[in-house]
Amino acid sequence: MTALLEVRGLVKQFPIKTGLFGRPKSFVSAVDGLDFDLHEGETLGLVGESGCGKSTTARLLMHLVDPTAGTIRFEGRTVGSSELPLKDFRRQVQMVFQDSYASLNPRLTVAESVAFGPLVHGVSGDEATSRANSLLARVGLDPARFAGRFTHELSGGQRQRVNIARALALQPRVLILDEAVSALDKSVEAQVLNLLLDLKEEFRLTYLFISHDLEVVRFMATRVLVMYLGRVAELGLTESLYTGSRHPYTTALLGSLLSMDPDHRAESAPISGDPPNPIDPPAGCRFHTRCTYAEAVCSARIPVLTPLGEGHSVSCHMSEPGSGHARAPGRAA
Amino acid sequence: MTAASVAGPRPAGAEPALAPGEPILDIRNLRVTFTGGPKPVRAVDGVDLSIERGEVVALLGESGSGKSVTLRSILRLHPERKTRMQGAIRVAGTDVMALEGKALTDFRGKGASMIFQEPMLALDPVYSVGEQIVEAILRHESISRADARRRALQWFERVRIPSPERRLDAYPHEMSGGMRQRAMIALALACNPKLLLADEPTTALDATVQVQILLLLRELQRELGLSMVFVTHDIGVAVEVADRVAVMYAGRIVEIGAVRDVIRSPRHPYTLGLLSTRPQGGRLSGNRLPTIPGSPPDLANLPPGCAFAPRCTFAVDACRIAAPEVVEVGNLHHVRCLRTDQTAQVVTSPGTLLP
Repeated sequence: MTALLEVRGLVKQFPIKTGLFGRPKSFVSAVDGLDFDLHEGETLGLVGESGCGKSTTARLLMHLVDPTAGTIRFEGRTVGSSELPLKDFRRQVQMVFQDSYASLNPRLTVAESVAFGPLVHGVSGDEATSRANSLLARVGLDPARFAGRFTHELSGGQRQRVNIARALALQPRVLILDEAVSALDKSVEAQVLNLLLDLKEEFRLTYLFISHDLEVVRFMATRVLVMYLGRVAELGLTESLYTGSRHPYTTALLGSLLSMDPDHRAESAPISGDPPNPIDPPAGCRFHTRCTYAEAVCSARIPVLTPLGEGHSVSCHMSEPGSGHARAPGRAA
Repeated sequence: MTAASVAGPRPAGAEPALAPGEPILDIRNLRVTFTGGPKPVRAVDGVDLSIERGEVVALLGESGSGKSVTLRSILRLHPERKTRMQGAIRVAGTDVMALEGKALTDFRGKGASMIFQEPMLALDPVYSVGEQIVEAILRHESISRADARRRALQWFERVRIPSPERRLDAYPHEMSGGMRQRAMIALALACNPKLLLADEPTTALDATVQVQILLLLRELQRELGLSMVFVTHDIGVAVEVADRVAVMYAGRIVEIGAVRDVIRSPRHPYTLGLLSTRPQGGRLSGNRLPTIPGSPPDLANLPPGCAFAPRCTFAVDACRIAAPEVVEVGNLHHVRCLRTDQTAQVVTSPGTLLP
């Protein structure tokens, strides 16, 4: 599979305290050295708890915030350089946000919102309108009834359909879905998930699907990337990761899923405490403060993302040959 | 007050006895209409709910189903000038609807207390958490400030806040989300309420923290014999804590029964839909999810019959004429539906519901 998007060494630090002359005194490392590829045609699920940097990653990819360091390449061309100016990149990659209301202009009708992008990118008015109408029909909103409505006249599910139609209006190849169904009621969520699956087939899209809901990610994604405090914890094909997780954090996350079975209620919490504050993250492996297997090496050194075969890789001293952890495999001969 | 009341967490069954068989919470035909907007909105439309001492009932529903409005009605938290409340609510024999002024504030916190969804908003940011608990205890009991603080500390230990002594003096923003929710639970229990209300207490928390809080609530419930109403939109959460589940739709309880019965053999088409629409355990990966068509109803324009009829695949003409009466489909299992004979067949045919 070819990598459509290549992310290398992505770092984002937000200044939080400013000293004399407005110089920042400390930083939140929201994303701290992220490497991953987004393959053509796949759905990459991005999971993790609040503060782990999922949404910052999405915003960095879209250049809604500027990275502190690192490169993003689209089909081998560096985004934001003369090879691929931002405007051209954004025609290829579009985003759907969690808050369907805040992400639409309240003064525009639904059709105007969807047609706005194409107009900015030089499509003629008639063409933009007809594209908007056909997309609205495609996402299940009859243009005759909905095209002239304003966003406050729509339900949450309908608004998110408009956002999806708008994201598709530039005929992009990649959609970044940042908690796109999280604010929806369960009965509506299922409809939108099905719609996303249909659209992906029809327009041959590639998705980056960000969610905190592990069941939804398992349903949608072909590969899953687990983040913890700005770094990759584990990356792998969905089923192999869900059935054979190798990072203790992934295992804990999966162990926190509720059983839905009154006879098998949760007996104990897989890990205790909250995720640490990203302002002052633990040294070494960032998970070591909550990890039951932590040893001296875990707080001393950052684990390397170690490939385990079949696209599965993990950042854990227990899987890194010769790391010094008692459970680590011996160094390969 | 005697020294005994300073003892903090009370043992199970230390309450003054209720008349035998009298429920701790009894709601009869509750109707709540909000009149503040251009059109009156009937948020709760005839809810009957009765809870035994020591029982946990989950109110399950989507946004606008009336679950939180029902819960808040028990503490009479709705703005009085903009709300019309009808029906009867009794908590441990107290007629809540008749409470006024001081009697109402006495009741809040002591008769029933609430754990809110977002402790950051529910706690006062300018007082330390300990002060807020002490204030609540002093409001309801005439004990010394030092005793009240001792009791607050015991509750902090009880909800397992690490280094509790130091945390009592922490402000809400200095605590993590899970810790704040533990403090909220300590605050809600500090005055030994007869009934504990919880409004989506784990929804704002991360998955790994949610399990911890659910386990804590379940442990406290068991050890203190708490009676609880637990509002959630997440079936998984309801299964973890509740003895019985009441599924709400458009202001009515459409199905109520023991958790096992409602999860394994749901008989209302809405419950059936909710359960089969969930991606669970990778069971449907690669396929399309079964869906409930349409969207939740507009509470200002409810249809005359069953509010779910426009989205229901089982609906017949009779469903659209009058709201269905309650039908008993099993022991303590009740459904508001005319088509329970049809839904029974779905439940018994294999592969249509969760494994």
